[in-house]
Amino acid sequence: MKDKKPMKSVFKEGAIPSEFIGNSIYKHQTKTNIGAHNIFLGQVRADEIDGKTVAAIEYTAYEDMANQKFHEIRESAFEKFDLTCMHIYHSLGTVKSGEICLFVFVSSPRRKVVFKALEYIVEAIKADVPVFGKEIFEDESHQWKVNS
Amino acid sequence: MLITIKYFGQIAEVTQKDEEQLEVSEGLVSGLLSVLNSKYSDLKNKDFQIAQHQELVALDTELTGAEIALLPPFSGG
Repeated sequence: MKDKKPMKSVFKEGAIPSEFIGNSIYKHQTKTNIGAHNIFLGQVRADEIDGKTVAAIEYTAYEDMANQKFHEIRESAFEKFDLTCMHIYHSLGTVKSGEICLFVFVSSPRRKVVFKALEYIVEAIKADVPVFGKEIFEDESHQWKVNS
Repeated sequence: MLITIKYFGQIAEVTQKDEEQLEVSEGLVSGLLSVLNSKYSDLKNKDFQIAQHQELVALDTELTGAEIALLPPFSGG
């Protein structure tokens, strides 16, 4: 009973609100074969670089390719792990420091699976999806984010 | 052939545009890259990968006429 859906956009304009995340959890109460959820939330960090503090990240993406890559990651995660369902949301546009820019949600009958699956998915997103973060400082200057 | 080329992130800052169409002779991705390098001299100082038809390709790949994209290092999440 895997809810593989056709390809849909994972992008959301702006920050991902905590209400949206809470509501996603709530919606899974009807799926009673699930015994374990695992959630990753990426939050914009107020890094200090050369005395300047990051106020926000402005995200852009090569959307067609990114959605294709998200789809491939999803397919491969379902193949590798016994997941009941998974959801990925990534922000586009401006996300202020302290706000959520990435929400990955995996569910399975058993807990051990979700720990492994979540790490696999988040690392694949960081490595393979053409999303670009521009770190905007408080003085409105910017630099391009590099994933470490 | 007429090829659509898309630029992202710091590459779009160099080209000063997000997208353009160029008339390119048949050949390899490396040929197109030389054209772009002479058009945008700062491009050679930048780190990027090239996608054709939304897949990353090597420089010795044949141009098919499909959309090309110049992609700086990914920094999602």
